[in-house]
Amino acid sequence: MPEPGRVCDGENCEEPAVVHVKQIVGGEESDHHYCRACAQRKGISPKTGANVAALLAQLGETSVPPEPCSFCGLTWKDFRRRGRLGCPECYAAFEPNLRRVLQRVHGAAQHAGKVYLPPDPAGADMDRRIGSLRRRLQRAVEAEDFERAAQLRDRILEMEPAE
Amino acid sequence: MDDLQTIPDFGLGWLDGAGPDADVVISTRVRLARNLQGRPYVSRAGPEDREEVLAAVARVVRQGSLPREAVFASMEEIGPRDGRILLERRLVSQELLGGSGARLPAGAAVAVSRLDPVSVMVNEEDHLRMQCLVSGLRLADAWELVDELDDEIGERLPLAYHHEFGYLTACPTNAGTGLRASVLVHLPGLAATKELKPVLRGIVECGLTFRGFHGEGSGVVGNFVQISNQTTLGRSEADLLDHLGQLVETLIGKERNAREVLVRDARTVIEDLVWRAYGVLMYARTLSSEELVNHLAGVRLGVSLKLLPAPSVYTLNKLMIFSQAAHLDQAAGRELSPPERHEHRAEYVRRAVESEGGLGENDGGTSG
Repeated sequence: MPEPGRVCDGENCEEPAVVHVKQIVGGEESDHHYCRACAQRKGISPKTGANVAALLAQLGETSVPPEPCSFCGLTWKDFRRRGRLGCPECYAAFEPNLRRVLQRVHGAAQHAGKVYLPPDPAGADMDRRIGSLRRRLQRAVEAEDFERAAQLRDRILEMEPAE
Repeated sequence: MDDLQTIPDFGLGWLDGAGPDADVVISTRVRLARNLQGRPYVSRAGPEDREEVLAAVARVVRQGSLPREAVFASMEEIGPRDGRILLERRLVSQELLGGSGARLPAGAAVAVSRLDPVSVMVNEEDHLRMQCLVSGLRLADAWELVDELDDEIGERLPLAYHHEFGYLTACPTNAGTGLRASVLVHLPGLAATKELKPVLRGIVECGLTFRGFHGEGSGVVGNFVQISNQTTLGRSEADLLDHLGQLVETLIGKERNAREVLVRDARTVIEDLVWRAYGVLMYARTLSSEELVNHLAGVRLGVSLKLLPAPSVYTLNKLMIFSQAAHLDQAAGRELSPPERHEHRAEYVRRAVESEGGLGENDGGTSG
């Protein structure tokens, strides 16, 4: 498994290594990592089209490939070949396999960042939307963008329940 | 089409060198990858899908108040030459221009704020790539601007989001936060004290990644290194930025320390390196882009160590951008051949430094 971001083993070379070689001499194995230029100098030609994403996709392999995505028709095989998903629905279509890929790539599969607020939030989300608008209002005031500040203030007033 | 010329500094506000830690950090960039719900990703979308995404985004950008006073144009309207100018200014990516040599992809567009250092690419690998690019080390500021833009766009356009996987992106390596923060640093001190290689290894061990100035696949030229987060899922945006920020702060300390050691223990060597770099930049009649970056690096080190009184960091940053191929072609009003470009580059650099007054009276010889 190549390490993304590894430095080239070439002498005095600081380039990221993109070519990874396993050498077996007299039964002894050793690993070498080179940038493209150093690899070329050493007469090593990398396999074309081998890309990290495609390799990562193989990590999500199971014996029975999942059904193609019902929205965009992408097959798991296509994803493995190209390393790109076809549409947001692919995440649901390939969920168990992708969870393994994500776990391997990120060391986690559970999002811990910003929680998306859709255009028409309901209930408790409404408070979060108002909070977001307030923060933006404060920034607009700080930036002395008073036209924008007035628009944001009006929106907050519309959303807030009457006292 | 909106006129790109109406953007003050043409999106180059980050060149001013006025940000914090400008002696080591050139710029900070934060970008977010976002996609619209119920639409195929760009690589699987037909021209019609892409045009629909473009129309939806254009509506939101024109009606909304962010990006503030946006200039919005499709890459088709901008054309390949100005497209390359935007690429060299780091406002669009090679992918948005259709990769190397390919024709412009349908529906590709860019919105650039006239007031803030933010821009949005449409129909790149993901439907939306929002970025903020600022001078110096300013991760929190850059994040705040891009987060606000994301809020504003996300409340008008339904975005693809999953309770477990977060924001859904074309490549699983961006899923979750969709956040990539990168800091462009200059590490000539660590390179001269032979500490750069272990430091770069350390960056990788910390779960971060690095590449050269020109982004993915580019080599480390002139000891300019872009450091960014490698993972995007499983940690909050604040955590990801904090982790990167702390590492960069450590790096700044190490680099300053290395520079001090060099001036103390090897002053002649460093002075010689700096003045040679200055000499080549000022007097060479041809300059390749790699030579330029290497010698600019030497001069930048000299300026930060006060071994050279000028040029300013702003001029040095500007030279790095304006001496690239598309900028030289634009200044010449035609497409130059590579040898012509080397000539134009040398002339441009000389004029730019001279127009700043060279090194002044005690410059050791720029009277010619």
